[in-house]
Amino acid sequence: MNRARAALAAALLLALLAADQPARAQELVADLSDHLIAIDSEFTGTDLLVFGAIEGDGDVVVIVRGPRVPVVVRQKARVFGIWLNAASVTFTDVPAFYAVATSRPPEEILDADMRRLNEIGLDQLRLDVEPDTEIDDITSYRDALIHLRQRSGLFVSEPAKVSFLGRRLFRTVIHFPAAVPVGRYTVDVVLVRDGQVVQSFSPPLTVDKAGLGADIFDFAHDESALYGILAVIGAALAGFLGSLLFRRP
Amino acid sequence: MFQIYLPIAEMSVDIFLLLGMGGAIGFLSGLFGVGGGFLITPLLIFIGVPPPVAVGSSVNQVVAASVSGAIAHWRRGNIDFRMGTVLLVGGVVGSLAGILLFDILESLGQIDLVIQLSYVVMLGGVGALMLVESGRAILMRRRGGGGRRKKHVHTWIHGLPLKMRFRTSRLYISALLPLGIGFAVGILAALMGVGGGFFLVPAMIYLLGMPVTIVIGTSLYQITVVAGATTFLHAISGQTVDIVLAGVLTIGAVVGAQLGTRFGAGIRGEELRGLLALMVLIVCAALFWELVATPQEMFNLSDLMVMP
Repeated sequence: MNRARAALAAALLLALLAADQPARAQELVADLSDHLIAIDSEFTGTDLLVFGAIEGDGDVVVIVRGPRVPVVVRQKARVFGIWLNAASVTFTDVPAFYAVATSRPPEEILDADMRRLNEIGLDQLRLDVEPDTEIDDITSYRDALIHLRQRSGLFVSEPAKVSFLGRRLFRTVIHFPAAVPVGRYTVDVVLVRDGQVVQSFSPPLTVDKAGLGADIFDFAHDESALYGILAVIGAALAGFLGSLLFRRP
Repeated sequence: MFQIYLPIAEMSVDIFLLLGMGGAIGFLSGLFGVGGGFLITPLLIFIGVPPPVAVGSSVNQVVAASVSGAIAHWRRGNIDFRMGTVLLVGGVVGSLAGILLFDILESLGQIDLVIQLSYVVMLGGVGALMLVESGRAILMRRRGGGGRRKKHVHTWIHGLPLKMRFRTSRLYISALLPLGIGFAVGILAALMGVGGGFFLVPAMIYLLGMPVTIVIGTSLYQITVVAGATTFLHAISGQTVDIVLAGVLTIGAVVGAQLGTRFGAGIRGEELRGLLALMVLIVCAALFWELVATPQEMFNLSDLMVMP
């Protein structure tokens, strides 16, 4: 169903593109199968379809990034026989999610500088540390950060394939795992020609919690004092009811 | 398999696993008359609940577990409210201090370690004491008889200032002593999510010299209030109280406690306590192993929240 809807939307986009042509070179249009990913209690991950159309030749790159947050990477060390968190490095702006899709391997489309500029490929991700970091061996922390994010499915290691239907319509699927963090995401769809970014397009994407679980979570964070009082009263009532229910004759 | 989503722990767990855990803890508490909070936190950590959420939710469950006992003892007039209130003033202050310590340790990235380490020490100590005590009781029964404990000994404790009269307990002692004991229990509640009965009861009998008949009721009164205050403090300081988790555990525990009480009525105490001691020591050993075994991942991440 999703696919049919997307194909229809793509056809419409294409028509739009054609009609638009004389005015200005609008060479790229793109959209998502959904602009909101709702995480409810049954959420086990989802696939997001990115589709669109281009005018003329070129390659398409899709970069999906979650909200950027500071992340502390801690290394364990053995002290008196016990493993504990020892040295740590704080990375200031780590995307909570990162995935890329390309129509050809990224190295064939853009040179390293351009890839770095657009953060295309995990090895090109900008991961800055706090300015006063005193640890020399940042690389091992950076590698650990990427490795752990990959393991939880939040950094996608290999670029997914952007496939063309004919010469103009393209589509790709980005997978979001069950543990995908909430927030405002950026999806950048980029048209590349001759090693240069010709045009880019950024449809909005939001990941948010939904359902009862989300309500409880929000309540606990927004009205924490009231939540605490209710938690205590609820527990006291439950204990009291329990003792009434099983009261001995 | 029926999964339930825990909104604060942010994970899905099999509901029957949780009910079973609550039931087992309740069964033990009905059987042995212990609170069982000291087993909930480590069990929750084993199934993957983040340690701070395990502590915050466990202490919430302790409120439910202790309130019915406190009411029952109050009806029978087995609570020294004056003593209990002094204890709980110390307890609430201790809980506040514990929460502050909790926050500091969390920002240093050491809270998981400290929770696990305190459990290893506490379970090891309690387990060993119980094992020795039940072993001695079994030996005594075989030999018959047994000595009498001297009831009232005067020590430096009785020289402390701020003396107060506790009529129900028939004591005239310094208020600093119950305040200090309460303070220690409050810290334990905040850091470990336990009621602290395992520490409070012997301290009230041996350190304060309270009559055994009113010790249980008074300690339950203190535990209920301190656990309530600690739940509240965890809820406002770290948002680590998962009411769904605590609720499911409570349902299991209420049923389990009834079964435990009935089952325990016809069984000899010493052997049972020996068994519980062994179980406590096994949990302790498993936690200790997690601390000393070479970890599979040498690094770990924590995302810092950005306040909007």
